[in-house]
Amino acid sequence: MADIAFSRSEMLAPEAPPASEIGVIGWLRANLFSSWLNTLLTLIALGVIWLIASHIVPWFAHSIWNASSYAECRKIVTDTWGPDAGGACLAVIHERWKQFLFGFYPPELYWRPTLAFVLMFVAMAPILFTVVPRRLLWFSAIFPGLAYWLLWGGSIFFPVAVYLGFVAGYAAFRIAERGPGFLPPLAAALATLVWWLFIAGPLAQILPQIGLAPVQSKQFGGFMLSMTIGVTGIAFSLPLGVLLALGRRSDLFLVKAICVGFIEFIRGVPLITLLLVASFLLNIFLPPGTNFDIILRVIIMVTLFAAAYMAEVIRGGLAALPKGQYEGADSLGLSFWQATRLIIMPQALKIAIPGIVNTFIGLFKDTTLVAIIGLLDPVGLITAIRANAAWNGMVWELYGFVGVMFFICCFGMSKYSQHLERRLKTDRR
Amino acid sequence: MAMTATQAEPFRPSMLIYDTRYRSLTFQVIALVAVLTFFGWIVHNTVANLAALGKTFDFGFLEQRAGYDINQHLIPYTNDSTHARAAVVGILNTLLVAFLGCITATVLGIFMGVLRLSPNWLIGRLASVYVETFRNVPVLLWILALMAIITDTFPAPAAFRGDNASASMLAGGTVAFTNRGAYVPWPVFGPGWQAVAIVFALSLAAVWAFGRWAHARQEATGATLPTFWIKLGLLVLPALLVDSLIGAITWTVPELKRFNFEGGGFVDKSLIALWFALALYTGAFIAEIVRSGIQAVARGQSEAAAALGLRPGRIMSLVVLPQALRVIIPPLISQYLNLTKNSSLAIVVGYADVRATLGGITMNQTGRELECMILMMGFYLLISLTISTVMNMYNASVALKER
Repeated sequence: MADIAFSRSEMLAPEAPPASEIGVIGWLRANLFSSWLNTLLTLIALGVIWLIASHIVPWFAHSIWNASSYAECRKIVTDTWGPDAGGACLAVIHERWKQFLFGFYPPELYWRPTLAFVLMFVAMAPILFTVVPRRLLWFSAIFPGLAYWLLWGGSIFFPVAVYLGFVAGYAAFRIAERGPGFLPPLAAALATLVWWLFIAGPLAQILPQIGLAPVQSKQFGGFMLSMTIGVTGIAFSLPLGVLLALGRRSDLFLVKAICVGFIEFIRGVPLITLLLVASFLLNIFLPPGTNFDIILRVIIMVTLFAAAYMAEVIRGGLAALPKGQYEGADSLGLSFWQATRLIIMPQALKIAIPGIVNTFIGLFKDTTLVAIIGLLDPVGLITAIRANAAWNGMVWELYGFVGVMFFICCFGMSKYSQHLERRLKTDRR
Repeated sequence: MAMTATQAEPFRPSMLIYDTRYRSLTFQVIALVAVLTFFGWIVHNTVANLAALGKTFDFGFLEQRAGYDINQHLIPYTNDSTHARAAVVGILNTLLVAFLGCITATVLGIFMGVLRLSPNWLIGRLASVYVETFRNVPVLLWILALMAIITDTFPAPAAFRGDNASASMLAGGTVAFTNRGAYVPWPVFGPGWQAVAIVFALSLAAVWAFGRWAHARQEATGATLPTFWIKLGLLVLPALLVDSLIGAITWTVPELKRFNFEGGGFVDKSLIALWFALALYTGAFIAEIVRSGIQAVARGQSEAAAALGLRPGRIMSLVVLPQALRVIIPPLISQYLNLTKNSSLAIVVGYADVRATLGGITMNQTGRELECMILMMGFYLLISLTISTVMNMYNASVALKER
């Protein structure tokens, strides 16, 4: 008899997992068919998807791009695919897409808003992405004036005169720098205000009127209008919201009371009532004879509205910061503004990113409300187009188009905020 | 011994800025003066402007005849009623659509939020698609689109006529969705309906008493009862029984007459469009709130409950939900407030809410912009502040008691 004792001298290679647990089949079993209830849900979901797709896909496949009226569209669809077939009449988008983009902006000047739009990305790049050279921030600083000049036209020296106000403020700051601590900012603010109120206007008048053909605000419309209001509102509501949030947490009783009153008032009323105030009551509140641009009024109201919500979001971020951070900053001997700028705000804003971006998205969506006070933003244009005899009765194409455009912008913003959250996640690795 | 440094310094004006004891006072006085100046300036301008326009500031116009019709009103209203009554009709309409919208949005939001957490990949994706689609498109667009869909794609009442009608009534021939709105069965309160109402109120009290008794019994003996079904039976059966005995409450069903449906109740298409657009839009936000609330409960909580031998349903109702609700309720209430404020967009579909009556037709007819806007903002502020006060009280009561 041979020796039957057996001892294994090397490890066995592990068995491959069963075919039903890996790969596509394994994934399907784990995620879609793990139990009878799950299988039922999967079947229901497939049914829902089929229901939606079976309506949308043929409708889109039968789309008509060239027609002059809704009736003509329908006739083409009926002739081609039979009486029961549905078809998208995208001809209306084809005919009106320039209006959807630019409103009633003079067609020969379309390059100006387009250029401003492209430059906006250049200006935003150094703010949004760290890989872009820091030097580009200078362009971000001059972009608002440039965009204003491109959109509304007029003399180049008007925005330049406004910008010189900042230069005047900086000069005053440097001159007063040797004075006591509160003096430089005070001098800078005073110099800027004096420049804007008394010097900028006359200066812009004296300088030669070189520039672009002016465009009236009432010619603005479409997505250009939404973008103008939305981007300006976003840019100004964040700093204002930071100030309001700091004011609300201030030890100074009166400052706190004013901030709380402002925030709660704005958050307590619908935006549409504020827009109504802008269009009906501002003339009553301001000195007799004052009348300023309706778009500017709307931008101010939208900014104030978003700033109140922003303040609450940032207050949440400030409250979530551990107390040790405040005490640490104090123990280093930093002043209030130094501590806020270097220690508190960077962390609080990081915590508040999702809320801040949600407020931005809300603001951008709220720009559609200007349709109610008669501006022709995309929603206002839909109503106007639907009232046109040629396109009467259209529903899905117009609302779908505008909805998709808004979806792209808002969804993009929320995806960026998730990217930002991941990038700034320095703790809890 | 020299007593030097403790000498109190005499007050000098520069201490108002340099001395931290006085500095905050100085700044506050400056802020107060600035704010008062600002408001004084606005009041001064307003007085001057109103005088120039030949207007006065009084609310007497509220007692004048309104002179316009409102298609949907919860309290009796004709065009002979006063502007004040029109405003009340508007307020009630706002509250109606807010109430309906909040309930529908909550149901939808909880449903979708739970589906998003489903282990089923496909269902989770579908729920995300719903949430992202509705969150990222303006609510105004949804309201207008829903209105356009009802107007342009729903059948006209005439389409329900004839043997081979192109449209048919739903729910056993009692509900009709037309391009004017929905015709639904409506209760008629005949003589003796008070008896049914009293019985129903008694049922409510009985449900409450039973709940307490069952709870005490469980505390004492550990035995549980199927409380949900018993409560449901207590709530519904007695009232149904009494009603079937005396026949106080009957239902009228809409029927197609010569030109239109008659009988039953009519829900205008503007209300339907506004209600469902607000509910779908807010439901998407509520779904996110519900999802994050459930995810905020640490996994160890449900695992510990499972280790104690609790069944999944009980884990949800006894361990996870009470903790999740603490996270869910504050943002949920602020969504309700948002929905109420968004209902002011009713004007675009012609629904007569407070913004459309008081802040719309009344304002345009009487030219009293200032008074109307003050009243309207006051109404919205009242609602918001009331709810947020209640909210803060609730928050304080459920907050973790840290020791």
